[in-house]
Amino acid sequence: MNVLRFIWQDHDEVLKLTLEHLRLVGFSTLFAMLIGIPLGIAIAHRPRFNKPVLASANIIQTIPGLALFGFLLPVPWLGERVDRLAILALTLYALLPIIRNTYTGIRGVDPAVVEAGRGMGLTESQLLFQVELQLALSVILSGVRVAVVISVGLATIAAAIGAGGLGEFIYRGLDMVDDRVILAGAIPAAVLALVADFGVGWLERRLQPR
Amino acid sequence: MIEFRDVSYRVAGTPVLSGFNLQVQSGETLVLLGRSGSGKTTSLKLVNRLLTPSSGEIRVKGVSNAEGDVIRLRRSIGYVIQDVGLFPHFTVERNIGLVPRIEGWPEERVRARALELMQMVGLSPDMAGRRPHQLSGGQRQRVGVARALAADPEILLMDEPFGALDPLTRDELQREFFLLQQRLHKTVVFVTHDLREALRLGSRIALMEAGRLVTVAEPQEFLRSTDPLASAYVRAFGDGLESAANRGAS
Repeated sequence: MNVLRFIWQDHDEVLKLTLEHLRLVGFSTLFAMLIGIPLGIAIAHRPRFNKPVLASANIIQTIPGLALFGFLLPVPWLGERVDRLAILALTLYALLPIIRNTYTGIRGVDPAVVEAGRGMGLTESQLLFQVELQLALSVILSGVRVAVVISVGLATIAAAIGAGGLGEFIYRGLDMVDDRVILAGAIPAAVLALVADFGVGWLERRLQPR
Repeated sequence: MIEFRDVSYRVAGTPVLSGFNLQVQSGETLVLLGRSGSGKTTSLKLVNRLLTPSSGEIRVKGVSNAEGDVIRLRRSIGYVIQDVGLFPHFTVERNIGLVPRIEGWPEERVRARALELMQMVGLSPDMAGRRPHQLSGGQRQRVGVARALAADPEILLMDEPFGALDPLTRDELQREFFLLQQRLHKTVVFVTHDLREALRLGSRIALMEAGRLVTVAEPQEFLRSTDPLASAYVRAFGDGLESAANRGAS
């Protein structure tokens, strides 16, 4: 109860950090979708490239979060504004689930359906937008869902390089050896992750073709 | 209407179809008969350019199908495949109206056309809003035929359209298709491995084996053929073929 009282007292700051957190997660997920979905489509259509692309995304995923933030810090344009850097790092982490699920989703579309469509004279873009993407949509969205949940957690590390977000509380709490402050960051972050998970999951079910 | 001129098709050097010559007359139902791997489906896909021949040419309505826009070509040819390849996320009405809609027909006309076709293939209008998975195999196949007919193409390519159906439903659909074709006089190329179906529906039967055309014959002729492969087929299917060759009369 102590914690809740603490959060309530400081609700202005909790709210501000939550919004910062959301901004980091929102932009990075958006960018990861803008890059990852076209890339996933491309490798689904040209299987030759799927190994190198998925392997690269995998490798990025294995770099420890804190290390990646550290690596990027000296990069000129990025280092000037740490939030740019945080968004870039989070985007890189969000790529793998999005690329992989887009790839899997499109490969999972029944080839007979695609061939029937092609045989009836659908253009390649009509096949992509009216058939493949629509049938792969729920798989792609479940990739987005994983990406969002990962990002909400990882974004707490952004505070280590001063990019804000709920991680601020966590690091501050660690310095002060005060559980309440740590939890003031951790609880809203957990709630955000749950809400995002539920939200995208709901969207996924709503858009399910059958 | 469709002419194969010395067509060969190879995959990684292996011939799938070689020296294939065949003419399909306007308004006839030409059946490509043969076992799996004989090149029937390949021949069909060469017509609408889902495949491109390694050599030779295919002429459709007098012009080589390699010329001109492939999308136009395909939209002018109806295409029905086994398990129909209906779009699972589209309703029956949208599946049937697919080509007219992408061709830019006005919405009311597309809808009217879809209903007209549903009636033609024996589907009740209240099925318009259903999805393919809510239909029986026979109903799906009817939708597949209706979809292929939607933009009123002169040519229909059918790849074992009734192959996955139970015998009773297949019988029913063959009968209906035969009657429909008597009214519509489309130029049909029909792929099957079922001799009975070939005799029943074909105006001519082209027997294929290992990528080559063995013989072309009318149903009655086919039964009396002295060609060893053709008579092997006839023997394998046993009695009762005469009545099949007598068409719907049975």
